Order: sequence, then C-alpha cells, then structure tokens
Amino acid sequence: MKKIFEVPLYPYVKSEDQNAATPARHPVIVVGAGPIGLAAAIDLAQQGVPVVVLDENDRVSWGSRAVCYAKRPLEILDRLGCGDPFVDKGVVWNTGKVFFDERQVYRFDLLAEDGHKRPAFINLQQYYFEEYLVNRVRELQAEGKQIELRGQNKVVSVDPGSGGVSLLVETPDGPYQLRADWLITCDGAASPIRNMMGLDFVGRVFEDNFLITDVIMDADFPTERWFWFDPPFNRGQSALLHKQPDSVWRIDLQLGWNIDKEEEKKTENVIPRLKAMLGDDVKFEIEWVSIYTFQCCRMEKFRHGRVLFAGDAAHQVSPFGARGANSGLQDTDNLCWKLKLVIDGKAPDSLLDSYDVERVHGADENILNSSRATDFITPKSEISRVFRDAVLDLSEKVEFARPLVNSGRLSVPCVYDGSPLNGADDTAMPSRTRPGAPAVDAPIEGGWLIDKLGGRFQLLAIDAQAPGELDVGGVPIETLTFDTRKTPSNAVRERYLGEAPSAIYLMRPDQHVAARWLTFDRDAVVSALQAAIGRA
Amino acid sequence: MKKLTTTPNIVDPDGLYAELLALHDGREEDESHAINARLVLILANHIGDRDVLRQAYALAAPELAPNNA
Repeated sequence: MKKIFEVPLYPYVKSEDQNAATPARHPVIVVGAGPIGLAAAIDLAQQGVPVVVLDENDRVSWGSRAVCYAKRPLEILDRLGCGDPFVDKGVVWNTGKVFFDERQVYRFDLLAEDGHKRPAFINLQQYYFEEYLVNRVRELQAEGKQIELRGQNKVVSVDPGSGGVSLLVETPDGPYQLRADWLITCDGAASPIRNMMGLDFVGRVFEDNFLITDVIMDADFPTERWFWFDPPFNRGQSALLHKQPDSVWRIDLQLGWNIDKEEEKKTENVIPRLKAMLGDDVKFEIEWVSIYTFQCCRMEKFRHGRVLFAGDAAHQVSPFGARGANSGLQDTDNLCWKLKLVIDGKAPDSLLDSYDVERVHGADENILNSSRATDFITPKSEISRVFRDAVLDLSEKVEFARPLVNSGRLSVPCVYDGSPLNGADDTAMPSRTRPGAPAVDAPIEGGWLIDKLGGRFQLLAIDAQAPGELDVGGVPIETLTFDTRKTPSNAVRERYLGEAPSAIYLMRPDQHVAARWLTFDRDAVVSALQAAIGRA
Repeated sequence: MKKLTTTPNIVDPDGLYAELLALHDGREEDESHAINARLVLILANHIGDRDVLRQAYALAAPELAPNNA
C-alpha cells in the first residue's frame, strides 16, 4: 500500500497563466503548501479572497515532523472549517513522565480544564495534517471558492515592489512570470524567498543533533509523553517517546554535536540504538529517519512591504515545547483577517504592521521558552550540567524542584499584551480573557462558545444589553447575547465575568479579545473597533 | 524591595562554617559540586524572593551586578 506521502496530492497541471502574454496578477499568492501556507490560503479563500498557492513539490511531507498540536491551533482549524478530521485521527494525551537515569523523577498532567471543545494536545503526523488541509482546499474549490494549488511551481526570483510583487516561477514546462498584490511566504526555515530578498534570520544555533525516527510497532507503552535525561540506553544524552496514530511511535534521541550524520542515519546504526531503548524482543519497523539540528532564530521584521513572512520562514525554535507549527498557525490566524480588511480598503495598510508587532511578540515568547528548555536539555557547560542534574535529583524527593524540570514548556496560546490594537479593560474581569488574549472556550446552550466566534468582529453581551448589530465605517459587528443563568455550567461566568456583574467583549475575527467593558457604550465600542483595525 | 541581609545573622559562625565544610569531607570534587548545586537550589527556594536572590547574585558575582548600588 502506498503511503500518503508517496502520492502526488496536487500534481503539476499547466496553468492558463503560463500562456499569458503579460504576467497574470493575483490578489494574494502564498508560497509553500506546508501546514502554514495551506492554512493561510484556506483562511483567505473562506473570506472570499482569491488565492494561489505555489509549491515546488506536489505532495505532503515525509515523516512525522511537527507532531504535537495544541488546543489553540485546533480551534483555529475549527474556524477554518476542518478541525474534526485532525482530532478524530489524532492521539489525545495528557500525561508526561520524566525519567533521570533509570528512575522516574516526575510526572505532569496537562490538567485539561473541563468545558473545552478541544483537548489540550493531540499527536498527529504532519503528513496527515497537510492531507486534511488539502482536503479542505478541495472542499472549498467544490463550493466555488477561488483557491488554487499549483504543484511543481518553484519560485526562482522575487521582485518586491511598492505596487506589487513580481515572481519568476519554474515549472516542468519552463518558467513563467506572476504578479501578486500580496505575497505570503511560508516556505520553511530555509526560506528561499527570504534568502532571495537578502533578509536576516538571526539568533542562536544550538550545537546538538537529534536522531528522529518514526517507528511502527505494537507496543504497550501508554499514551503519554516520556522524556529521559541521561538514560542507560543513551548515556549523557536525552530521549523522547511519543505515540502517534497508526501504531507509529515517534522517538527522538539526542546524539551530541560531533557526529557523522550520514553514518548515524544508516539503518544498521539506528536499529541497535532503538533496540537498546525498546528492548531486544520488541518488533518494529522504521518508517522515517532524520537528523535534526536546530536553532532559535527570527527575522527582525515579518512584514516587508507587500511580502509577509509566516511560520518557520519567519521564526524557528527548538522542537521542545511544540512551538513550531503551533505558532505558525497563530501567525496566519493573526494575518488573514487584517489582510482581508486592507484588501477591501476598510483598514489602512498600516494595520499589517500590527501583524509584525503581535507575531514578533509571539515568536519572542516561543524563542525564550524553547531556548530555556534547550539549555536544560543540552547543558552548555559543565556547571550547567551540574545544576541540571541537581534539579533532577531533587525533583524525585521534593516538590519544589519539579517545576524547575524543563523537558519543554508546551505551547500555550499567545496573549498580545501591549498590542496597539488592544482597547479598554476592566480589572473586575478575569485576567485570562484580557484584551489581547484568545477567547477561552466554554460550554453554552447547544454547543461551544468557540464555535460561535471568529470570522468577523463580534460583541459578546454577557448578562448585558447591546444592539443586535452595528456597523462602523463598513465593518460590521455582530452581537451574541449570553445569559449566564442559562449556560450549562459556570464556565462563561468564571472565564468572562469574574467579579463583574455583566460584561461586553469586543472580539476580533481571530477570536482574540480586543476590548471589554462592564456595560455597552456605543462610542466606546466604536473607538475600540477603530483601534482594532488600525484606524485610530 | 526586601533587602538582602548582609550583617551577621548566624549565632555560631564557626559552627556553621564547620558544618558546611563537613558536608564535603572526603568527597570527590564532582560530588562536592553536586552538593553545592543542590544546596543553592534548596536555599534559593527557601528564600523565594527573586529581588533578594538577585542582590545575592550581585554580591557573589559583582561583575554581573545590573546596578552596583
């Protein structure tokens, strides 16, 4: 049976554009059909913006790669109309165990709070992730949305101008030119477009290598994240074991810096390492092997005029904490509604600068967290190893040391504190739903709050009165009214009211809170909306 | 901001010093380093106050002090 990553999902087809006498012009071109590029294209197409996706390949990626997906990205996928297949297929997990040498020193639960539609985390191979997004693209096409996926279309040069972006694209039928009003660049950590534009990508390279393998086996390990520091089977290094769908297990083995990558990748050298870990009697088959060296880097700016960078092309982090793909999805979630308003002439071009501000903030948070995890996992000096081991030793015996154990701080949604788009706040309401924060889900009559949110500006009137609909200079605001006496649990009250008797929340199209008040005031809402779309 | 205690605060200084050194009696150097690291972590947690700890770091490693006030 052919694996999904062996099948061309968007094979090359010659486009009309290749015969055009003058270069065809598109409102938005996305470069890269990985998880982030596809999410961007789906988001825009859903909003009625015609979009063309170019990718030098024609199939989903090989190997599990970005394997852990957090709750916030799953909610974003729901907003993109396709969350179910990911969650149905994915492996839901909550428990992590940390081992030091031969002992279990620590276990954590992700403490999934009740009253959320989506779980804290799922594990899913990236090839499924991309396949389900391609399926969503096909669905949108069937609905008549203008979204096109062009395989074997490799961008070989880019000319970013103030009036538009010109591209030269290589295909099996030779090169052709394209023009775009806006270019969204999601072409990965090595981003050819970033390099063609001569843009920076600075940060720290970590001198370490990880052997990453997908192993097919019937093993009775529980559905948990297991992390080892200095285990007997990989002395002086770390290891990770994680379950994926289809009896595929993800195993990461730290190898250190001075190794021969080609030698280490050879099956005959990988098998003894796995046997040492899994035991001699466990039968397994290797699906994918890769050696990974990582860095924590970002571009100084994610916006360069009409070229917008997202995902690994804009920022890269070490893998501990699942902050790569998860943050990339938050990039496009942040970008696409802004781009739509700018394209429609309803918001100034400067609104796109807030994409830069908000997502650079997100990237810095991720880089900080994953750098710290890496410093714990890969001590960079003898004394840092001494402290690391002291923490692990103590964590077995005393509670205080356990929060210091850092095998990766798992991705949590970014709060855009200090964003210029944020409006009024009232401290009677809970901190977790402050301006800049993403909506916190809660059960409501007949479903979930999160499913009612997004895609447009909205007012949440909680135990409060507000007009059914507003229009601020062509930007509509829809009102959703909630009576907390009728919600199926206290969650709406706890998560949105706190000490307040009533609340009005202005929500952005990406489900983040823009501003909030105790009661409705038209002028206050209008000025908050203006601020949230960069008009103020 | 709470201030780091820098005046004598221990009743029997010679006794304290002897107990501290006794911890390391007959140890290999790496073992001693491990004990010291655990001790730092235990005491840091006991103190708990990050401002006080930062004053202690600055006293221990003066060249790192953000403001040598």
